[in-house]
Amino acid sequence: MNGSSATTQTNAPFLHPAPTVGAVMRHVLYALAPAAVAYVWFFGPGLIVNALVACITAIACEALILRLRREPVARYVGDGSAIVTAVLIAFALPPLTPWWVTVSGTLFAIAIAKHAFGGLGFNLFNPAMAGYVALLLSYPDALTAWLPPPVGDLDYEPPGLMTTLTFVAFGNLPDGQALDALTRATPLDAVKTGLGQMLTVEEIRASSLFGDFGGRGWEWIANFTALGGLWLLYRHIIRWHIPVALITGLLVPATIMYLVDPGTNASPGFHLFSGATILCAFFIATDPVSAATSPKGRFIYGLGIGFLIFCIRKWGSYADGVAFAVLLMNMAAPAIDLVTRPRIVGHGRQGAEP
Amino acid sequence: MIRPINIQPPRPQWGVRGDPRKAASLSAPIERVPVPPMLNIPIDGLRGAVPRLVVGKGDRVEAGQLMAEAVAGASSVHAPAAGVITAIEPGLAAIPLLVECTIITIETDSALLEHAETASDPFSLDSDALCARISEGGIAGLGGALFPTGQKLETQSDVDTLIVNGAECEPYISCDERLLYEGADRVVRGTLILARAAGASQSVIAIENDMTDAWHAIHDALENCPAPRPSLAAVTAKYPAGGERQLIEMLMGTEVPLGGLPGDVGVICQNVGTAVAVADLFDQGRPMVSRIVTMTGGAVARAGNYDVAIGTPVSALIDAAGGLTGPAEHLVMGGPMMGIALPDASMPITKATNCIIASAPGELSQATGEMPCIRCGECVQVCPARLLPQDLLSAVRNSATVMLEELAVDACIECGCCDYICPSAIPITARMIEGKRLLARERFEERRGDMAAQRQAHHDARLAEESARRTGELDEQTSAATLVDEADDPIAAAVRRSRERRSESDDSSQ
Repeated sequence: MNGSSATTQTNAPFLHPAPTVGAVMRHVLYALAPAAVAYVWFFGPGLIVNALVACITAIACEALILRLRREPVARYVGDGSAIVTAVLIAFALPPLTPWWVTVSGTLFAIAIAKHAFGGLGFNLFNPAMAGYVALLLSYPDALTAWLPPPVGDLDYEPPGLMTTLTFVAFGNLPDGQALDALTRATPLDAVKTGLGQMLTVEEIRASSLFGDFGGRGWEWIANFTALGGLWLLYRHIIRWHIPVALITGLLVPATIMYLVDPGTNASPGFHLFSGATILCAFFIATDPVSAATSPKGRFIYGLGIGFLIFCIRKWGSYADGVAFAVLLMNMAAPAIDLVTRPRIVGHGRQGAEP
Repeated sequence: MIRPINIQPPRPQWGVRGDPRKAASLSAPIERVPVPPMLNIPIDGLRGAVPRLVVGKGDRVEAGQLMAEAVAGASSVHAPAAGVITAIEPGLAAIPLLVECTIITIETDSALLEHAETASDPFSLDSDALCARISEGGIAGLGGALFPTGQKLETQSDVDTLIVNGAECEPYISCDERLLYEGADRVVRGTLILARAAGASQSVIAIENDMTDAWHAIHDALENCPAPRPSLAAVTAKYPAGGERQLIEMLMGTEVPLGGLPGDVGVICQNVGTAVAVADLFDQGRPMVSRIVTMTGGAVARAGNYDVAIGTPVSALIDAAGGLTGPAEHLVMGGPMMGIALPDASMPITKATNCIIASAPGELSQATGEMPCIRCGECVQVCPARLLPQDLLSAVRNSATVMLEELAVDACIECGCCDYICPSAIPITARMIEGKRLLARERFEERRGDMAAQRQAHHDARLAEESARRTGELDEQTSAATLVDEADDPIAAAVRRSRERRSESDDSSQ
């Protein structure tokens, strides 16, 4: 015994092997690393620059607000949740994004979506997606200026570090180049525009933008993202319900529509490997704070997101619907929690036959 | 209809599976701790029930002598060894919560009671006589709650199934597992006696599926057992599989209703140690004067299971286990999931003490650095009562008693699984206990309010009745006066005449 001073009766349990919130967030960041590598490989160093800008903004904003709210700054900033939000925003932004776009989106995510609702654990909406949607509505042009991946017969070089830095800092490319010269429609954009021009999916897919399933490069990013996601599952940082349900919710309607009319509907594989499907399934929709809580509730939540992604891609005016789908289901999460409350043991069944 | 026992239930969804940490204490045979010079025997039972003392300060007691008689909620108490009672005073003891209770202090001068002359054949006695004898023997539930076994057997009528609980699921604790292995015959015999006392037509000894040696020992003991034999069930080694409600759910496929007792579904649960104590009571005439305690933890020299006289200070047990090898960071009575930190090592071993852990630095920890709940839902996954701890937390924070009731905070069994997996290091179990208190207080206030309202209603009704009666009486009086008295009451007649005159003059003036 450590003397007679230990007189306070402390509470069981005395075992706490669970990873801390900080460790959970660190795991999420590690799991994003493969996706980041693939991303930089195909689109240049823009992601890293954007992530740095977003992280600095997020940490400064979080620290300031915690100070104003008189919360322990170091401990809450140290939980890493603001960094995860910042990095997810960076993943959602095009590689060439002016700094003020990144900063304003991050500020919105941290200050409004997170802290105005009560901070970590109380935010109704996924902060990263709220920030992204705020940007999408405010700067639609900047947010759709994606670069094509340098694969296949595309005569194209991804921007180097200097080009990226110049653009991020000043919103201009060096040598007076126009941004339009570099950017191309994303595969999802191409399908949406193409279908609008009465082209068939087959005709659209003839473009060199497309690979085996999704867009060239994009499908590899999706693969690497999934790798990190599977690692999170393996480490029990996330549970399977949301990713499986989300992919199911997207693929079932996509498959049905594709089988009914392959001419005007992209294949289920295209839906899976395009845009932010995989990133959303493993990293965005799995944000526990803004998701439903019970396993059954999470399954419904995931299904809803998947289905909404399909609907928005198919009938909406935006090429990808991940962020809107997540925010819509965030709104539904409390109601889902309410209707999927597990039956308490000994409640209702009252010793009846099973 | 009697439910069949599922002797190999599927793996439950709830609960946690960590490092069992039982190996250190499990390998050595059970050793008897010498009776210390001073025994401090706490005698209180459930909720402050105190058995009737039959000895006084200064009396000499023999080993096994009755010192206090059972009352409702408290078992009888016997002297573990001969000696002189030097004090009967209030003091702190863990029964199993650390509370102030009556403690008999004996200055001992003999060894622990081995056996008495009053061995008897349990199978010649009927159920009531068995219960009475078990009650006299001071047998209490050794699983931890200290419920007097005789009373439990008597009060839970309509029982068809006896479960002898050897599913010792909490880490570190190995006293039941070792007892199953070493005393398999006594476990089986105790099971038969308990089944007879309870009037149960079927019985089962439940252990965990990682207790290989215990399984074989019990299996062999059952071979020599006359029919109808108890069955042997193996549940998944997962905490809290040994929880009474959880075990019943797994073995019987039914749930004990919330706020009810196992008896409501025809089941009675007894601990393995209790079964052995019952066998010893009848076969050796030995009342409950000692119990098996697991002494373990990284700071103790010889971890193992020890047969300890009730009232032995924890320090004497530590000495018997070779003393401490270094500073003990935590001294825990009970397991690491539900136990309590002892303020010091002078605390006595009680009938509720199944384990003492003297932990090496860093071996056990207290939750520190609480963060906000991130609604990860892990607590929902592990909760054996299928509660929503994350929602209950906010209900407790807001003192929302309606919500606490709706989310059934009372169904919490305080197993600590939610604390164990919480990434935000929230002391959830402590909050649930707080919630239970809030709700209990609210219900009490409500009841008190109801009672006050009822009293007020009665009061008002009585007043109304009284006043009605009075008015009635008065009316009777007045009318009687008019009818009877006027003739011979000149004053009343004068008043009437003057009133009539006045009203006439009022009419004329208009």
